[in-house]
Amino acid sequence: MSEVDIRKIDQIIKRFPPHESNLLIPILQSVQEEFGYIPPESVKLISRHSKVSRNKIYGVLTFYAQFATTPRGKYVVRPCRGTACHVRGSASVIRYLKSKLKVEDGYTTTDNKFTLETVACLGACFLAPTMMVNHDYYGNLNDKKVEEILKTYR
Amino acid sequence: MVIQRLKSLKELLQLKEELLGEYDSAKTRIRICTTGCRAKGALKVRDAFHQELGKDRSIEIVETGCQGLCAKAPVVSVDPDGIFYGGLTPEDVPEVISQTIRNKKIINKLCYSENKTVYPYIKDIPFFKAQEKIVLRNCGYINPTSLEDYIRRNGYVALIKIFRGLKPEDVIEQVTKSGIRGRGGAGFPTGLKWKFARQYQNATKYIICNADEGDPGAFMDRAVLEGDPHSVIEGLIIGAYAIGANHGYIYVRAEYPIAVEYSTLAIKQARERGFLGENILGSGFNFDITIKQGAGAFVCGEETALIASIEGRRGMPRPRPPFPAEAGLWGKPTVINNVETLANIPWIITQGGDAYAKFGTKGSKGTKVFALAGKVRNTGLVEVPIGMTLRQIIFDIGGGIPQDREFKAVQMGGPSGGCLPAEHLDTPIDYETIKEAGAIMGSGGMIVMDEVTCMVELARYFLDFCQKESCGKCVPCRIGTKRMLEIVTRFTSGQARQGDPLFPQ
Repeated sequence: MSEVDIRKIDQIIKRFPPHESNLLIPILQSVQEEFGYIPPESVKLISRHSKVSRNKIYGVLTFYAQFATTPRGKYVVRPCRGTACHVRGSASVIRYLKSKLKVEDGYTTTDNKFTLETVACLGACFLAPTMMVNHDYYGNLNDKKVEEILKTYR
Repeated sequence: MVIQRLKSLKELLQLKEELLGEYDSAKTRIRICTTGCRAKGALKVRDAFHQELGKDRSIEIVETGCQGLCAKAPVVSVDPDGIFYGGLTPEDVPEVISQTIRNKKIINKLCYSENKTVYPYIKDIPFFKAQEKIVLRNCGYINPTSLEDYIRRNGYVALIKIFRGLKPEDVIEQVTKSGIRGRGGAGFPTGLKWKFARQYQNATKYIICNADEGDPGAFMDRAVLEGDPHSVIEGLIIGAYAIGANHGYIYVRAEYPIAVEYSTLAIKQARERGFLGENILGSGFNFDITIKQGAGAFVCGEETALIASIEGRRGMPRPRPPFPAEAGLWGKPTVINNVETLANIPWIITQGGDAYAKFGTKGSKGTKVFALAGKVRNTGLVEVPIGMTLRQIIFDIGGGIPQDREFKAVQMGGPSGGCLPAEHLDTPIDYETIKEAGAIMGSGGMIVMDEVTCMVELARYFLDFCQKESCGKCVPCRIGTKRMLEIVTRFTSGQARQGDPLFPQ
């Protein structure tokens, strides 16, 4: 794991007014936006700034699917497992992704390039089955299309 | 350009006149969906149009939100003729320009076709013909990042009506008269909800827009925020005025980056123009909105869980009462309305509650947006008067099942809803009839299933979903869904045994 720049974490946290427990989720989101995950080092700093106990912070960050506690890949691949995608074959898309990337759901490839993260619904049901790679949407997927899409990120 | 803050209703009317004056409706406009259609390369098609047109300013390219017929993505409409093209690639663009735009010639292969009939014009396409657009009145027509586009189409005009003489009670009366019920799923009368929150005097109050559209298969809220974000902001302002709130939130899923981007921009524009902030349009009313991004928890669509999430806690629901209208965010009276509900409000105020109540059935007034997905030809968004039959929606508008397969069932209402089989195809649907039939209206997702969909496997899928998304607070859900999933998984994997529920004796 690479060293995390504590000053950088501090800078992000300081953008938010102190002692406001309601800002916990936005703070965590900003930290994750920067680092791709919530570095354990940041929890103590956030706790001090927001006056929320570390215990509670862990409670929140493990509750929400968005937050990761380990570094994620450069590209986060999010296949949708919503109902519309399910009836149009998302299970096979997810299976294919797992075999191509050689990772299980929630894990990152050894070269730190891809993280596979199945999501409940992307709201792009009209083009099922769908997935996102970082902020880009892809629809009407099949094995061949998935392979082509992955190629563009390799 | 310096944006002037509007200080009075008169200034808003003046601005609207100016905007209408400089608008040439006879100009050729190419409307292209650059939101939902992005998944099928809409941005590349847009770039191709820009490149092909070069410096030609006689033709305008309008980037819009969802135009409805998502199955044909990426879609393009050409005004003023009202031509509709789908499935475009950047390679098609030169031909569209040279043939259709310059020479008024239709390109058949890009047109919508059904039963071997080609439909070049929007007005003839069966998908669009049967619809009644109130919520989606601007969606797909305007550029969602342009406040001017919204104002030109009667945007923020409801505020004029309110500030010129409607008391908060009058607003609530109009909304009550309209008969609109919460579009998030439960169907609670919106007017009544506002009335409850109104009666708590002299307290800080909040209004929240619930845009945590978690039901898989529903995407109407996403489309409204991406296609017409100002309508939701206007709805929030009206709601806040009615209940007496000075602060609002839009709680939107982080999985919807375009919706987050456009609604954030729209709030900024509304603030600059004076629709938000202190002394809105000189009325003395103060109101502002904060965006809160969800963090990926299905349960946060439930209102008490949503409130917990805004307060920075784990999104776990609590028992009601007290209802949020009495004790919600930070313990203050809070109204939570769904995106679609709020988008209806400006229309109800400008046209009147009675006009809205003309649509729909006895107990369920107005229109409803349905998200058609699954095994149906015309996947996309449809808005129809409540009371249409499933057959009309799935077959007449939706175009039926691909490959002419047999219809098996339609799943409605998300994981807490149900599946309606073919025997219900001719039931006029409203909140009550769907409930009687064994599903719920929910947020309006309709996932169509054909003869090859296995219903037992679908039951397993939903239990898997519910088990994964259980917040873990209460035992029946935390452990119950797990045990049920184990049982159904035994059935789907051929391992069911004597003693399992439903095992044949």
